[in-house]
Amino acid sequence: MKMSSTQMQFDVEQIRKDFPILQRKVNGKDLVYFDNAATSQTPQQVIDCIVDYYQNYNANIHRGVHSLSQEATDAYEQAREKIRAHFNADKAHEIIFTSGTTHAINLVASGYSSILKAGDEIIVSALEHHSNIVPWQMLCEKTGATLKVIPMEFDGKLNMDKYQDLLNTNTKLVFVNHVSNALGTINPIEFIIEKAHEVNAKVLIDGAQAAPHIQADVQALDVDFYTVSAHKICGPTGVGILYGKESLLTFLPPYQGGGEMIDQVSFEKTTYAGLPHKFEAGTPNISGGIAFGAALDYMHHIGFEQIAQYENELLVYATNELNTLDNIIIYGTKPSEKTAVLSFNFEGIHAYDVGTILDKLGIAVRTGHHCAQPIMEYYKIPGTIRASFAFYNTKQEIDSFINALKKAQQMLQ
Amino acid sequence: MAEIQEIQNEIVDEFSLFEDWMQRYEYMIELGKTLEPMNENHKTDDNIIKGCQSRVWVHADLKEDKIVFTADSDAIITKGIIAILIRTFSNQKPKAILEASTAFIDEIGLKEHLSPTRANGLVSMIKQLKNYALAYQAKLN
Repeated sequence: MKMSSTQMQFDVEQIRKDFPILQRKVNGKDLVYFDNAATSQTPQQVIDCIVDYYQNYNANIHRGVHSLSQEATDAYEQAREKIRAHFNADKAHEIIFTSGTTHAINLVASGYSSILKAGDEIIVSALEHHSNIVPWQMLCEKTGATLKVIPMEFDGKLNMDKYQDLLNTNTKLVFVNHVSNALGTINPIEFIIEKAHEVNAKVLIDGAQAAPHIQADVQALDVDFYTVSAHKICGPTGVGILYGKESLLTFLPPYQGGGEMIDQVSFEKTTYAGLPHKFEAGTPNISGGIAFGAALDYMHHIGFEQIAQYENELLVYATNELNTLDNIIIYGTKPSEKTAVLSFNFEGIHAYDVGTILDKLGIAVRTGHHCAQPIMEYYKIPGTIRASFAFYNTKQEIDSFINALKKAQQMLQ
Repeated sequence: MAEIQEIQNEIVDEFSLFEDWMQRYEYMIELGKTLEPMNENHKTDDNIIKGCQSRVWVHADLKEDKIVFTADSDAIITKGIIAILIRTFSNQKPKAILEASTAFIDEIGLKEHLSPTRANGLVSMIKQLKNYALAYQAKLN
């Protein structure tokens, strides 16, 4: 894990001052934001970066000869380089800017639609977000390939024995999230990648939930594709990346046609631009890409190791407190095996009712199936209450949350 | 049976006694608990209202020239909302249901539940009740 030399002492009160939204009130109460797995909040440094772009150098990139266009292009490409360095990709052009993880996954699925054939097999896991299930189902429908599923266990982990049974020489692609969005389980992706490579299958890891907590090294992992959304990691919405090994990105056909992605166009034949432009048709989210770089700078300034350590402290504290409540059911693994996510229910009470009362008390959590219906089906429940913590949350907020839950229980039982 | 408008006025009066949201919600939860149970045979997939985070079933029967609604949900606050809607719209003529305003929901401090983007489906529920009214009105004519 790399550490920034500018890393500061971890001081949560100081950090909170960077997030203007944390000062606001909701329904007359201090906001307690525990929906970080859905989207993280944005520090002033990132907001400033977006404002600076529009105030000082807003221009289209990669095509103008004028100074503004050059400045914008430089800033955008510097952001790509920061992202490359963060994930330790070999080359900057292995980082493709997308609108987010869903777009990145669809880009790969679309590329493989002309490559896969009937009889080929694709493996996904039971812990996936719908965005890492549906594109592959669509791909299977198009190509005649078969979708296989790695089953989950009651503790929220994937069954690795069953995974190995599913692998064979027909397996072409494996898709697993690094961290489950509904339960926070950290999946054994090193093992999953290694075993897939033994049968020459390619692996896409959905890193959306992992990115704010774990700094992935794509070369050390030897992963083929890795996807991230900026808005989960203190960046803006509507931007993310696909990392792909150069050899694979070169081999995949382009996703969308348009400006920027071409080399030569005539009505007889168009030749495509090289990487990364082949996959970046049209004017991208320029300020978003630049601000994604600023968000990574911000996270490094605080330090990923310290973030992970502090968030785990919050998780352990919250888990212990939650366990003191009556009729509590917590889903998933123990705190040491997951990111700062608590997915739970109270026996006999609907998650939606609890979420509604918490909202009235200024506490933002997620309720429902979290776009992971197969997990809910496994547990035979309509949904859970999910509290997900970030490094700017505090133990005092967890205390308010626990008190609010007691209030909700009292009202709803 | 009282007119829809009268029933709505009664409900607004009842809610005006409460001082804060907590009392209003406690009352709604109470209404939810006392909602007349729905016939289990009517809890079919066809009767489920889409767009709700909790499951909501609505069934309608025509008794003479009036519609009798029964409904249920697995979430208690949603059930409370259902109880208010049933009290307002059940045992009424289709035409009256179609013409009824739902502005009283705002007046009883539940405006947030009326947002069409909110996943509790109150808007879908009202739409469904009115759809039944429309269908039965066509049948009666």
